[in-house]
Amino acid sequence: MHLMNNFDFTKVTDVESAISSTQKSKGNKIIAGGTNILDLMKYFVTEAETLIDINSIPGIDNITELPDGGIRIGALMTNADTAYHPVVEEKYPLLSKAILAGASAQIRNMATNGGNLLQRTRCYYFYDINTPCNKREPGSGCSAITGYNRIHAILGHNENCIAVFPSDMCVALAALEAVVNVSGPNGERQIEFSDFHRLPGNTPEIDNNLEQGEIITGIELPEKGFSKNYSYLKLRDRASYSFALVSVATGLELENNIIKEARIALGGVAHKPWRVKEAEDFLVDKKANRENFSAAADMILKGAIGFEHNSFKIDLAKRAIIRNCMMALNPESQRPGAKPSL
Amino acid sequence: MDNKPTIGQPISRLEGHLKVTGSAQYAGEYQAEDLLYGYVVNSTITKGKIKSIDTSEAKKMAGVVEIFTHENKPSTAWFDFKYADMDAPPGTVFKPLKDNDIKYNGQPIGLVVADSFEMARYAATKIKIIYEEKTFETDLKTNLEKSRDPKKGLASMLKPPPPKPTGDFNKEYENSHIKIDSQFSHGTEHHNPMEMYASTVIYEGKDKLKIYDKTQGTINSQMYVANVFGLKMKNVQVISPFVGGGFGSGLRPQHQLFMAVMASLALKRNVRVTLDRAQMYMIGHRPPTLQHTQFGADKTGKVNAIYHKAIGETSRFEDYVEIVVNWANMLYPAENTLLEHEIVPLDVYSPLDMRAPGGSTGMHAIEVTLDEIAYRLNIDPVELRLINYSEIDKSSDKEYSSKELKQCFLQGAEKFGWNERNPEPRSMKRGNKLVGYGMATGIWDANRIFGRAEAVMTPDGKVEIKSAVTDIGTGTLTIMTQIAADELGIPIEDITFSYADSKMPFAPIQGGSFTTATVGPAVQNACQALNKKLFKLAKNMKDSVLSEARLKDVQFKEGIISLSENPEVQIKVRDILALNEGKSIKTTNSAMPNPLTYGKKARAVHSAVFVEVEVDEELGIIEVKRAVTAVAAGKIINPKTAESQVLGGMVWGISKALHEETILDHQFGKYMNANLGEYHIPVHADIQDLEVIFVEENDQFVNDLGVKGVGEIGGVGMPPAITNAIFHATGKRIYDLPIHFDKLL
Amino acid sequence: MKIAEKKSITLTVNGESHHLEVLPWVSLLDALRERINLTGTKKGCDHGQCGACTVLIDGKRVLSCLSLAVMKENTEITTVEGIAKNGELHPIQQAFIDHDAFQCGYCTPGQICSAIGLLNENKANTREEVQDLMSGNLCRCGANRGIINAVMAVKENAPYE
Repeated sequence: MHLMNNFDFTKVTDVESAISSTQKSKGNKIIAGGTNILDLMKYFVTEAETLIDINSIPGIDNITELPDGGIRIGALMTNADTAYHPVVEEKYPLLSKAILAGASAQIRNMATNGGNLLQRTRCYYFYDINTPCNKREPGSGCSAITGYNRIHAILGHNENCIAVFPSDMCVALAALEAVVNVSGPNGERQIEFSDFHRLPGNTPEIDNNLEQGEIITGIELPEKGFSKNYSYLKLRDRASYSFALVSVATGLELENNIIKEARIALGGVAHKPWRVKEAEDFLVDKKANRENFSAAADMILKGAIGFEHNSFKIDLAKRAIIRNCMMALNPESQRPGAKPSL
Repeated sequence: MDNKPTIGQPISRLEGHLKVTGSAQYAGEYQAEDLLYGYVVNSTITKGKIKSIDTSEAKKMAGVVEIFTHENKPSTAWFDFKYADMDAPPGTVFKPLKDNDIKYNGQPIGLVVADSFEMARYAATKIKIIYEEKTFETDLKTNLEKSRDPKKGLASMLKPPPPKPTGDFNKEYENSHIKIDSQFSHGTEHHNPMEMYASTVIYEGKDKLKIYDKTQGTINSQMYVANVFGLKMKNVQVISPFVGGGFGSGLRPQHQLFMAVMASLALKRNVRVTLDRAQMYMIGHRPPTLQHTQFGADKTGKVNAIYHKAIGETSRFEDYVEIVVNWANMLYPAENTLLEHEIVPLDVYSPLDMRAPGGSTGMHAIEVTLDEIAYRLNIDPVELRLINYSEIDKSSDKEYSSKELKQCFLQGAEKFGWNERNPEPRSMKRGNKLVGYGMATGIWDANRIFGRAEAVMTPDGKVEIKSAVTDIGTGTLTIMTQIAADELGIPIEDITFSYADSKMPFAPIQGGSFTTATVGPAVQNACQALNKKLFKLAKNMKDSVLSEARLKDVQFKEGIISLSENPEVQIKVRDILALNEGKSIKTTNSAMPNPLTYGKKARAVHSAVFVEVEVDEELGIIEVKRAVTAVAAGKIINPKTAESQVLGGMVWGISKALHEETILDHQFGKYMNANLGEYHIPVHADIQDLEVIFVEENDQFVNDLGVKGVGEIGGVGMPPAITNAIFHATGKRIYDLPIHFDKLL
Repeated sequence: MKIAEKKSITLTVNGESHHLEVLPWVSLLDALRERINLTGTKKGCDHGQCGACTVLIDGKRVLSCLSLAVMKENTEITTVEGIAKNGELHPIQQAFIDHDAFQCGYCTPGQICSAIGLLNENKANTREEVQDLMSGNLCRCGANRGIINAVMAVKENAPYE
């Protein structure tokens, strides 16, 4: 049953070959940065017959400015190159901050943007092949619900799975309403970011809506980058190099301290980056103050349910939203690693 | 020739160049011909039996040489005592592959040996095991009714049981002006040295092995291998010049050593076994511990009644204990005490001494309780400790050989700026951060035991000092070289300290802050003996100017023996050697405490710790902004390496207080965060402004060098100081460690 | 049981070419340590959680444990053994010795490669930023202060007193 680390290896140099080889067999898996898949394969969580190295595919490792004022970020561009790219730093600093809050400098130098979207949960039980886990082995049960669940979900979960999606980058992408460019056997398509990742439902083993044979080629960002009023806050058990217990990406458009548009996305709380449109709409035409941010936070956390070790996240997330919105009013205050400031 | 004393000089580590260029070789890095790689197979259940283990498919795989399980394990020693090592607790040592019995989750139950690490690891997944599972108990908190006194054994010598009750605790406590009653809980911790456990065994012919082992005691490993596998001691050589961190985990031979030796002897091949990080959680740990304190004090703050009880976890097969409750009365001279330590055997592997074992657990409870007294009586915490200051160890009624703790308080407080503290909780702020100042006392034993060293002076005047002792990053190599240089009066460059080889003179396991005080005097004695031999040769030289001199009249400086009173009267060592017919001068000497006098005084190293924290009022996030530790540890041989030892201890204190804990899931009886991603130790961003002060302390009683050891003291006072600072910042008294920030919401 | 075929690859490490026959599952870290006998690069977790295996690839710091050897052809790999030039220590190496930025020394090669990567990147302006950007390298001995001091000293070109 453990095929995992006995695998073949091949390189492809164009998108079509990547698609056809992954379409051929479920055992053919894409490798780009390798930071997550190799980790999982060493733990025997992920199996592959053949790893398809796509790093040589040209043209998808850079940033293209789009005619509508937005940009396209290549799937093969590294997280670090993306975060430090002058256009991202200037127009989408929220994305830059979120990326730099994740992992370590070394991992960001390796990990690609496409891979960031496809990373798996860090749930202890998912990672341990000797414990039940519906995400790893559908139907085996969820150990986390009755186990140690400090890092687990408070929103969007069900009895099948309470894992969270661990990315920081994707929290910012959700707030920025990115679009994922995908190529597959039936050609190219675009997936709205909010439709890309899934809630566990009855199929917690499926993290996202990519079809078999489809690969991510890029991520498009619309023109609006909230570069004046933005903030990324990440709360965790040490100051760097650990996953979020709660993270918040906030982008605000302000006119004389009146909110014209608001984006708030949460990380570390659900199976996907969490946004509540109702709360963002509520803020429109309201004053940018604690009271209104607090009301929005209540809306975002509506229906949250915690478990034995993570109920604190409900209150913490509300406080984090308020703080991060306040930090967005003064983005210069942000500290390295997305530590709290003000 | 520069010949200032080197003791007291901040000399950079002599092996520094090797370490920064990647040339330092660790146990798993020695090459050998046709080396085989072993990968350990672990039990996936917590308790029960192996009903069947099918290795046939794995064995057929290309490159797999052999698979060892309990079914085909070569014979090893039968008697339990043969497996006992220098740090074995009372009980029955775990014997790998002994039978089909499963005693804990992750228990090593097999070894795959293959021609590459990857193949061995892969083949291990092809072994089919059927278990018969039994119910198990791994939760300390729900098994307290099974708490009992630990058995006593050899290990009790260095870890004495709690002192007998004194006075009448209950009565005094009931009548105390104030009573503080607190309960504490600490989680499991794992040593997690950065280097993973590895043994490279070189098969040198029939029953003769050279072993590169990750250990804190070369002779401990040698003895274990010889006893267990029935080999002659002289045919087992254990070498460990570079050890990538120990922190106690190397005080006992670990099972990769057993496995590698077993395979090497059976296959007559060179074998390396390296554990992986998950397997590093199956080699011992700091036990989870519950504590209860009841301290009674009078109006002036004088503590008159002390109750301190600890209940720690142990395995089903060994009674592991650490010293948790003996400290309070060593510091605070109450006349009425009740100190108890019990253990609860559970279905886990045996705990194992981990940096400042017991001290960093017990002192947390003691010093937090003191802080509570200070608040109740509105007395400054430093003042309260001075009110309860004692020149004697009340628990043994012995005077301290030296105790400059008062200076630690004064100098530490001064450096820290303690007097700027407003004692009112939540009174100090910086922006939206609550600022807290907290302090605590630290104490650790200043012990020494038996050690030996050899000194050889070759005809060129260079000296080699030899000892089996390891240097696990403590600076031992550098320090021993300094001691020898000063004793011999020759420069450091002329001395080679050869160490970490079991063929060399005896040194005990390296731990408990006793290495410098144990091996240092042995090196000193060997050098003195060497000087004596040189002097004798000098006296006997033809027309010797020193013929009438006595040993106590001469000095050894800059390669010259001269009269102390009249250095013009001298003989060059070079000239002595020239007449010695090309022979080396060699001496081997021992050092141990004088059994008649050593026990007459109490001996301890002390510290005062001051910490500033910032707590984000809204989010709970805690930052240790700065900390000052003032240490009184006798003579400091090398302030640079000693400071690093204390700094390291302080980082461990931060980690214990705020970060690290191994999570045992009682559904499965296993550790769920057995990796470095979810077992949090501090990263650089967590470590801010740390400062160390060494207070001058003269102590000629502990040993002739006057050294006490600094390996543990840095970590002892930090957790309570941080806890107390968090209380000062937030008004919240958190008793359980680690303190996750959400507890402050 | 069929095992995948070995691949014939060439790795350029510290300016030298090494021809290897390796299975795809061999990490760059194991290739360096077990095949090329460059054991300066350390294995501390093998899962990208400690930074001990940090090497420089084309000047950038990466984790060799999460790299496959077969994917690193046509790159310039620099390990800790290749940092000193002609017997002369790199300023970071000397600063590590001066500031006692290590104890057991096991995380040191990774810290040094990471620090050089950090200096190459030139993104850290303050001590707090250096601390954050060095946080991918754990040190269990607690030599954190010395490590950051050493990096700051080289960054600011400050001589050690």
